[in-house]
Amino acid sequence: MPDGQTISTPVLAAEGISKSFGLVPVLFSVSMDIRVGEVHALIGENGAGKSTLMKILSGFHQPTAGHILLDGRETKLPSNGETEALGIVLIHQELNLAEQMTVEENVFLGRELRKGAALDRARMRDMVQGYLDEIGLSLSPSDRIADLSIAEKQMVEIVKAISREARVLIMDEPTAALTEAETELFFAQIERLKAQGVAVIFVSHKLNEVQAISDRVTILRDGQWIGTHDAKDLTLDAMAQLMVGRELSDLYPPISEVDVDAEVVLEVEGLFAPGVEGVSFGLRKGEVLGFSGLIGAGRSAVFEAICGINPVDGGVIRVDGDVTHFRSVASARDAGLVYLTKDRKEKGLLLEQKMRPNLTLLALPQFIRNFSIDRKAEEAALTRAIRRFDIRARDPNVNVGDLSGGNQQKLLLAKVMEVEPRILIIDEPTRGIDVGTKQQIYHFIAAIAAEGVSVVVISSEMPEIIGVSHRVVVMREGQITGILSGDDINEAEIVRYAAGLKRETFHD
Amino acid sequence: MTEPTQKKLTGLDFKTAGPAIALLLLCLVGFLLNPAFLSEGNITNLLTRSAFIGIIAVGATFVITAGGIDLSVGSMAAVIAGVMIIVMNSAVGTFGTGVTTVLIGCGCSIILGLGAGLINGLLTTKGKIEAFIVTLGTMGIFRSQVTYFADGGTLSLNYDIRGVYRPVYYDSFAGLPIPVWVFIVVAICGWLLLNRTAFGRYCTAIGSNESVAKYSAIKVDRVKTLTYVIQGLCVSLATIIYVPRLGSASSSTGVLWELEAIAAVIIGGTVLKGGYGRIGGTIMGALILTTIGNILNFTDMISNYLNGTMQGLIIIIAVWLQRGDWGRKHKDT
Repeated sequence: MPDGQTISTPVLAAEGISKSFGLVPVLFSVSMDIRVGEVHALIGENGAGKSTLMKILSGFHQPTAGHILLDGRETKLPSNGETEALGIVLIHQELNLAEQMTVEENVFLGRELRKGAALDRARMRDMVQGYLDEIGLSLSPSDRIADLSIAEKQMVEIVKAISREARVLIMDEPTAALTEAETELFFAQIERLKAQGVAVIFVSHKLNEVQAISDRVTILRDGQWIGTHDAKDLTLDAMAQLMVGRELSDLYPPISEVDVDAEVVLEVEGLFAPGVEGVSFGLRKGEVLGFSGLIGAGRSAVFEAICGINPVDGGVIRVDGDVTHFRSVASARDAGLVYLTKDRKEKGLLLEQKMRPNLTLLALPQFIRNFSIDRKAEEAALTRAIRRFDIRARDPNVNVGDLSGGNQQKLLLAKVMEVEPRILIIDEPTRGIDVGTKQQIYHFIAAIAAEGVSVVVISSEMPEIIGVSHRVVVMREGQITGILSGDDINEAEIVRYAAGLKRETFHD
Repeated sequence: MTEPTQKKLTGLDFKTAGPAIALLLLCLVGFLLNPAFLSEGNITNLLTRSAFIGIIAVGATFVITAGGIDLSVGSMAAVIAGVMIIVMNSAVGTFGTGVTTVLIGCGCSIILGLGAGLINGLLTTKGKIEAFIVTLGTMGIFRSQVTYFADGGTLSLNYDIRGVYRPVYYDSFAGLPIPVWVFIVVAICGWLLLNRTAFGRYCTAIGSNESVAKYSAIKVDRVKTLTYVIQGLCVSLATIIYVPRLGSASSSTGVLWELEAIAAVIIGGTVLKGGYGRIGGTIMGALILTTIGNILNFTDMISNYLNGTMQGLIIIIAVWLQRGDWGRKHKDT
């Protein structure tokens, strides 16, 4: 570790970097420097050029113009991840681990230690155990990656970086899939790396985290460098404004009151399913019901069971007072119940297909005329959806995988709304999307509820749950620990229930 | 803005038109080597011979588009042919040597095809065994069944029935042999099914990403099973027009048809891992494979024994061309 250097030495710097893909310019003369032992946050809306800049700093892309300085010397970074040899490690948002291999095998993948012709398993094992102990992780080197939680996988990526003696660690939204507790643990690791002199570039949409962890913040907007500031000089509002370029009043829409006499459209009593242990709640017409809790508390599991994705083991589900049991997603859909997954890339959208087939996939039976798909109706639906949900695509024939995260999320929302559901369950409505799009999504949710659709919002982001919900259900270990309404809906109260410090007793 | 779009368009066009261009080039080569290649007789012969693999490959397009694979089709064709012959021969006593017996044989073929497809499909979906394993297993089973039925030799169709059944392969309607008509009808139905119906869309969605399909209210198991049933139906149709050609079946009937069918599908631009299927391409692929063999018959330059070599080369080159990596490389630099 480079102990001798002063804290202000830039270990890696970008000077006047521009980048175009074909004729489309993405970055315009952006400069940024990363110093030894600092956490430097990079923020901006989706499409601002953050990913491109990160990829240039890690050698995956070559800049069209400008220089990269490594330790003050102009350097052409090798492509294909060979920059790792120079101590620059990029951790992708989609983690890059071999799922069927063990922690130890992953950490040493591609540079296995050998003893003669054979692998030196014992030594690799000891080293990995050492790293794990160092950052306080209770994993075994022989654990299989597929069995780990997302947070643990993230940690394995960091262990991998540490083992490569990374001097610059570039992380793309490392906390996107982490709970608050996991994020704290994660930040503790970052502090430790910092103390060792590692420079960290941290991309995040969670501005409170940016403020909590970073020393300096660089803001990009539309491919332009907007500014680099000390984190302590920026308020959260100031960051948001610099990113968006306009004032962001009213991130959350005003919440209309729900008629207390409104009919209960969904009633769940003593539901048992994998990961769900006796859950009961009711949902009124036009209500937004928040589901909070730690990741793994069983929130998604409740609705995957209700919507026919996973089997129900016991309990009663009533829709409009009638006992129902959906055996397939199709039957739930036909009853007006749809579930919008939190995993838009793996379960939500066909990334290699265009927008049109994605939009109509769930509602396809509505588009059938004489046994064939009515393409005109599909086109019309797409035009409508693009207008209604403000989906921005450079080209309507673009593959969905090439849309920004925010636009993918809007398309996914449009897809489930295409069946005109009466009960809409949205799991993590704004994961990994920028603050401007978040605001839009919140307004869509409020508008959908105002039309009389009952909405369930599952989210790990506390402000979001508080900002959009009429009532909040808190879950812990497969059970509901509390249902909050009115003034009780605040972070402190939710955390108490989520952490198991407080628990309501329910009577039938 | 316009240039990348343009590039994409030409890239796409090349991908779609590629197999057709390749076929035209092959025909040109054939004609230059021997003008008789383009004679009417040879063209009809070529089309008729393409029909078997072509029809089976249409079914394979569905299976592969939905992310599956069916290795059993060649053996399935053999066992269906064998059972058809046995059934028709034994029906002679009751129903005579007329059309009824042939119809019974055809019905039997269709039932067997649908049944065999259903078994492959259910084992894959409900049994949750990988398609490769399931169909590798049924491939062996079907092949040994026909050997067993033929007692290691050849099953021959009753001579009188052969006379009645013969026109199905040898006769023409409006200038085209019957097998070619069957091929055309199967191709059109397949194209409509894949490109115009919800079922086709569902196959593509499942092949692209099964989880997304499941979360989009698609009955994944049912759709996947149906692709194997369609495959079975196609095999039975191909067998119905194949049996009158030789009037016999043996353990060597339909050997390597599965590979030719898969090759036709892949040459046609369908993606082997699923999610993108092209019936039109499959037809071109089947024609290309037959044309290569045909050209080798017409020329002394390359031995006819090298047919497999030429086909293999064409498959590899076709897939290499379709990679479309060139376009992507452009984008990245």
